[in-house]
Amino acid sequence: MSGDSAASAPGRSGSRAERPVGRGSAGSRWGRLFEGGLLQGGVQGSPVLRLLLRWVRRPLLPVMRLWRRNIQLRVVATTLLMSLGVVLLLGFVVIGQVRNGLLDAKVKASQSQATGGFAVAKQRADEAATGSGTTGDTTATGTRTSQNVVEWMNELVDSLSSGGQGAFDVVTLPAGQESGGARGPRASGDVDPNISVPQDLRDRLEHSTTAAQSYTRIVSQHNDQEPQPALVIGKQVNDPNGDPYQLYYLFPLTQEEKSLSLVKTTLATAGLFVVVLLGAIAWLVVRQVVTPVRMAAGIAERLSAGRLQERMKVTGEDDIARLGEAFNKMAQNLQLKIQQLEDLSRMQRRFVSDVSHELRTPLTTVRMAADVIHEAREDFDPVTARSAELLADQLDRFESLLADLLEISRFDAGAAALEAEPIDLREVVRRVVSGAEPLAERKGSQVRVVGDQQPVVAEADARRVERVLRNLVVNAVEHGDGKDVVVQLASAGGAVAIAVRDYGVGLKPGEATRVFSRFWRADPARARTTGGTGLGLSIALEDARLHGGWLQAWGEPGGGSQFRLTLPRTADEPLRGSPIPLEPRDSRRNRGLNDAGLPRGTGAKSATVPVQAGGRSGAHASIAPRTAQVAPTADPTALPGNGARVVPRPTSGARRPDGPSAAEGTPEGRSGRPDTAARPEDSNTSGEAFRGR
Amino acid sequence: MMSFMKGRVLVVDDDTALAEMLGIVLRGEGFEPSFVADGDKALAAFREAKPDLVLLDLMLPGRDGIEVCRLIRAESGVPIVMLTAKSDTVDVVVGLESGADDYIVKPFKPKELVARIRARLRRSEEPAPEQLAIGDLVIDVAGHSVKRDGQSIALTPLEFDLLVALARKPWQVFTREVLLEQVWGYRHAADTRLVNVHVQRLRSKVEKDPERPEIVVTVRGVGYKAGPS
Repeated sequence: MSGDSAASAPGRSGSRAERPVGRGSAGSRWGRLFEGGLLQGGVQGSPVLRLLLRWVRRPLLPVMRLWRRNIQLRVVATTLLMSLGVVLLLGFVVIGQVRNGLLDAKVKASQSQATGGFAVAKQRADEAATGSGTTGDTTATGTRTSQNVVEWMNELVDSLSSGGQGAFDVVTLPAGQESGGARGPRASGDVDPNISVPQDLRDRLEHSTTAAQSYTRIVSQHNDQEPQPALVIGKQVNDPNGDPYQLYYLFPLTQEEKSLSLVKTTLATAGLFVVVLLGAIAWLVVRQVVTPVRMAAGIAERLSAGRLQERMKVTGEDDIARLGEAFNKMAQNLQLKIQQLEDLSRMQRRFVSDVSHELRTPLTTVRMAADVIHEAREDFDPVTARSAELLADQLDRFESLLADLLEISRFDAGAAALEAEPIDLREVVRRVVSGAEPLAERKGSQVRVVGDQQPVVAEADARRVERVLRNLVVNAVEHGDGKDVVVQLASAGGAVAIAVRDYGVGLKPGEATRVFSRFWRADPARARTTGGTGLGLSIALEDARLHGGWLQAWGEPGGGSQFRLTLPRTADEPLRGSPIPLEPRDSRRNRGLNDAGLPRGTGAKSATVPVQAGGRSGAHASIAPRTAQVAPTADPTALPGNGARVVPRPTSGARRPDGPSAAEGTPEGRSGRPDTAARPEDSNTSGEAFRGR
Repeated sequence: MMSFMKGRVLVVDDDTALAEMLGIVLRGEGFEPSFVADGDKALAAFREAKPDLVLLDLMLPGRDGIEVCRLIRAESGVPIVMLTAKSDTVDVVVGLESGADDYIVKPFKPKELVARIRARLRRSEEPAPEQLAIGDLVIDVAGHSVKRDGQSIALTPLEFDLLVALARKPWQVFTREVLLEQVWGYRHAADTRLVNVHVQRLRSKVEKDPERPEIVVTVRGVGYKAGPS
């Protein structure tokens, strides 16, 4: 079994297991959808659904942003909506009341009118029946009788409708299914009898002898008139022959409708006016509160941009004024404190400069004197000669210590300035390597340079970069146990990187961060063969930071170490990743060996530096350095301003701005990140961290 | 080897111990040192001693080193090497801009100092008759003169050397490191600010428009080269 498969197989399963971690059940998908996924883009559903949502959401986004950002808009809109609701409710209630009032009166009047009419019709029918009975020839000819009934009906309708010209119309309709004949439909005025009486009222009358009423619309026989709303009251009565027919009274409600629509219009106008007015009031009121808040926000922004003399205008004594006063007091104190700090920093810088001068002049004299004595040591007795040697050597050390201390204090005082210009890093590497040659020869190791076929150009301060590299290479040679040291160059995306790899004692777990501490020594007990000041890597780290770059260390006990310097290609560009993986490809973990040099078992998991560091290397194994890769390959391990590899912690979500984007952006990232999630103890925490974003 | 006549060095330093030590070292190397401790008296001492080279401490009582440097430079092109305790960019650049040819940061080793002094003095020992052209300038190397349209332009020896180095190989782009080695005599890479400052000074004298140089052209990312003649 190869180590690669052991490392990558759980990694792949980890990537799949990622989503269910946390809220695992299928039902939770809906929960998530409602939780804000719908409008914030967290929908996990089918691609079609997601596409649809995006399509719907896109035009809404500017509005939503305005809605989220503008409290005034929000308050005014809410006020408008709520007052609109109130006004609508009120309108419906009022209109309902008015309509009921108007109709009640009309219905009562109509009912008494209709009742009278029905009585008249009945009476007329009775009279006609007795009248024809006395003539005695009812049975002689049916046609004459029906002729009479037709005339009688016409008369009846005319007489009934004559009472209320325009106030009502009268309609007769045949009962039951029969049609035509004597009891054919007829109507007063130009009312269309068939359409104006609703069918269900006719049906109701079929089965009852009492009067019934309904609302309808009067349809004119001439098409040029609009149908009018009307109340219809009908009853089934008998004609002189004793056959039933239906008699209807139609009362037009035009007047009532006119009144009602007048009330409606009035109410709507008033309501609209009230709503608009309320909106305007809300706008004004909110403006009073929001304007000072916005002013405060603007001034706070300017303050944070460094314009410390900005203050709020304070008028009156209300809450807003108190806010302004408190704000101004805060700004005042801030300005004072910053002033003090600036003064301190200036004093510190001055002090460092003065100390530097005051110390250096006598040191120069001592130095020269010591050299003169050292030159002449052959003439001395052995003790004095040895003393002269020691004096000269220790003066060297003293000098470099002083120089380093001054350099560090210059960084601390913020007095270090970057003089960046485009340089070819291969030149720098060449100089450093040739400078380290004598030391390497003494140690019996060789310094190899890889990846220098093409120019590696970056905007950098050659002096500082050279200092960093000299430090790294000299360290690597010194701690390399006589084995070879490899200097690797690469550039990709917006970054260039130089990694210095040695195969010496390496670093113990946790040491990768501590190597950058001031005066830190790997092993206090170990003899110090070289006169390092203990500040070299601290200065190197500061130099890297000054460039906006990273200096990071990786190491495994007995497996050597790798220091990687990553610099942005242009000075003001933020770094997003490094072209060289921090953990080298030939690390023990990548080769599938455990700490003891044995092939790794499945359970081999130790929270040590190499194991943690190794999580990432898989992501970059596929990236050949120096290939023309357009997309910047982000290394999630690389953290701005951090000296060393930092392992994902529960809180790491906020500290890894490039992590998720890299993971989604490139397939390498996707396959790479879950490597860490594959480790059982980390899967939860890192998963949470990503979800938390 | 160096002739003793070419070895007069004026040491301008207020620290008596350092001055004495410098004297010991310089005498040991065959130079003739003379001393002055006060900035106000430096110019008079310079006129009297007529040194071949001035070692100048930047921090002096009375007139400070920058001012002294400017005064000396105003009347002579003699090489000036600054001694400075401050290696910060601003201090160094101000010193170089006031006319110093080179600088050495305290604390230094005697050998380093002597090497710098020798490098500054060596240049005047190779008078080979040679005519060079750079841009519209004509350089007479032996006669140590630069002329444009018959009008002579006054350059310090160092600026002259810089111009000659560029003019000798107009096809070559010189990196700052190469120039440091050829003109200043540095073996190892040192501070490239030296080159930057002196190129600016040279341009201000020989260019028609120093903002748009035609004689000494910058090759971005690499260094400098001579303009087309």
